[in-house]
Amino acid sequence: MDLARLQQKDENQWRIAPYGKMRVPAVIFASASLIRDMDDKVYEQVTNVAMLPGIVEASYAMPDAHWGYGFPIGGVAAFDPERGGVISAGGVGFDISCGVRTLITGLTREEIESRKERLADTLFRRIPAGIGSTGELSLDQKEMNAMLRGGAEWAVGRGYGTKADLARIEENGCMAGARPDEVSDRAKKRQRDEMGTLGSGNHYLEVQHVAKIFDRRIASTFELHEGDVVLSIHCGSRGLGHQIGTEFLTRMAASAAEHGIELPDRELACAPIHSDLGEAYLGAMRAAINCALANRQIITHLARRAFSEIFPNAELPLLYDVSHNTCKTEEHLLDGRKMQLFVHRKGATRAFGPGHPSIPEPLRDVGQPVLIGGTMGTASYALAGTSKGMEIAFGSACHGAGRSMSRHQALRHWRGQEVVETLAARGVLIRSRSKRGVAEEAPGAYKDVSEVVEAADRAGLARTVARLEPLICIKG
Amino acid sequence: MSEPRWELLPHAADIGVRGVGRSKAEAFAYAGIALTAVVTDPNSVVAKDAVAISCTAPDDELLLVEWLNAVIYEMATRKMLFSRFEVRIDGHELTGKAWGEVIDVERHEPGVEVKGATCTDLKVSRDEAGQWRAQCVIDV
Repeated sequence: MDLARLQQKDENQWRIAPYGKMRVPAVIFASASLIRDMDDKVYEQVTNVAMLPGIVEASYAMPDAHWGYGFPIGGVAAFDPERGGVISAGGVGFDISCGVRTLITGLTREEIESRKERLADTLFRRIPAGIGSTGELSLDQKEMNAMLRGGAEWAVGRGYGTKADLARIEENGCMAGARPDEVSDRAKKRQRDEMGTLGSGNHYLEVQHVAKIFDRRIASTFELHEGDVVLSIHCGSRGLGHQIGTEFLTRMAASAAEHGIELPDRELACAPIHSDLGEAYLGAMRAAINCALANRQIITHLARRAFSEIFPNAELPLLYDVSHNTCKTEEHLLDGRKMQLFVHRKGATRAFGPGHPSIPEPLRDVGQPVLIGGTMGTASYALAGTSKGMEIAFGSACHGAGRSMSRHQALRHWRGQEVVETLAARGVLIRSRSKRGVAEEAPGAYKDVSEVVEAADRAGLARTVARLEPLICIKG
Repeated sequence: MSEPRWELLPHAADIGVRGVGRSKAEAFAYAGIALTAVVTDPNSVVAKDAVAISCTAPDDELLLVEWLNAVIYEMATRKMLFSRFEVRIDGHELTGKAWGEVIDVERHEPGVEVKGATCTDLKVSRDEAGQWRAQCVIDV
């Protein structure tokens, strides 16, 4: 993207003043170097979002923004339902509530090292991953609806994990307002055998070590110390979320004119929040959020079981669980007034600042943990939400590294076996059923996650707390 | 006019599929093969079992999205991959057939899973030579 097209506000904040049909400005949070590497499509998409009815303040792009569909990935936008605000299926994404959770193992790197191979093999055997895999339970209609209403709370009720986990999940593990009746039979059928599966692509389960602490006080509150081992899970709402996304995207595209919405592009398909279709989508999307929370909860249980085979005393409490692709009703200050807004975060993490009542009490003083997934060869990061982030981006931050190369370019550059061997030589064990999948996910196909995190930190969106480096990675 | 074919279009995070054919229906059929190519080499998929697929939409472009989503649905629920497609389009109604087999992870080495077809880069058009192109970005 050409920097000359943007007005620089500070080192990591750039603005596009409203022009044409834009109702609000667009704001990109990133360093000059990240912006230079950003696709021009991000400019197009972030300004297109600014044209949607009822948008307030600005259309935002996070430091890892890249070309998505409709909204950019890394896009954040809040809508006021009382000013004709809309909800957009493309503004949430297909993998609804895809997210990351991190568990504290209570073990050190030294303790893991000698049993790493065995741990990798056990996790790989225990966690269903990749295309065609199925979970250990199959849900009938009644259980499916209970899961869609209850989320992680449902999973805990069925013996997957503990009640203590729930306090460490956004919405306490259960998204209110879910409407299983708005989820189609096809979406439910697609999910029937997929509970407790990791999926493929950029989804993973990683055993990581805390390689560096940036903020000792917050790290200690998060119970992260240098040399500690943690386990992180990145996955989403599986087939159910994908099916809901596809169905509502086309329904919204076909009915926009009916709702009097003029779309700059069909891909921005949306519906008024106060409309039958808008409310139906909200109900279905919230059910998909619960599906993702339940899915990560089941995988957590499977991972704990695998760990206990090798480390019988390890308990693995949950640090936190964040969701990336959501639209949530939140209270925010707008011109000094408290307002209920519908905040879309697509490939962006909620990052509430210190003192927010949604943050679990033991962590409340330091801000919400913001868990940023990296690649299997580089690093992931733990950050904390800030008060400034609440003011400048409705409490939102980046979500990952973002690709710098398409999957097919990556296949031309790397062979899966080579990637596995190179990483093994560096002490990172990869387990995957698909070498092609590993090649597509080669670390070199991604942007530098550290640069993304640094930009988020310097922009004030979130504060860097710890750098987590992989030891074992289970890929789909 | 060149031979009917499928193509994958570069997109940083996701991937675009394109089918090119002598008719709209043929372009749709080849777009289906491109969809398989996102996951695996279509030549590795044996066209053994047939699945009937049909859909409707208010216009050609949304019909392509519906068609690809219907194929994705069959791939997901039957755990199958398809390598041959037959499509008939009558107005805004599509009836088709897909031939393929159940995924064999060892042999197919499936890469990324396809989640759904999007309205991004969505085009169904006919050029001056009468050749049809049907394309869109797939979320993976």
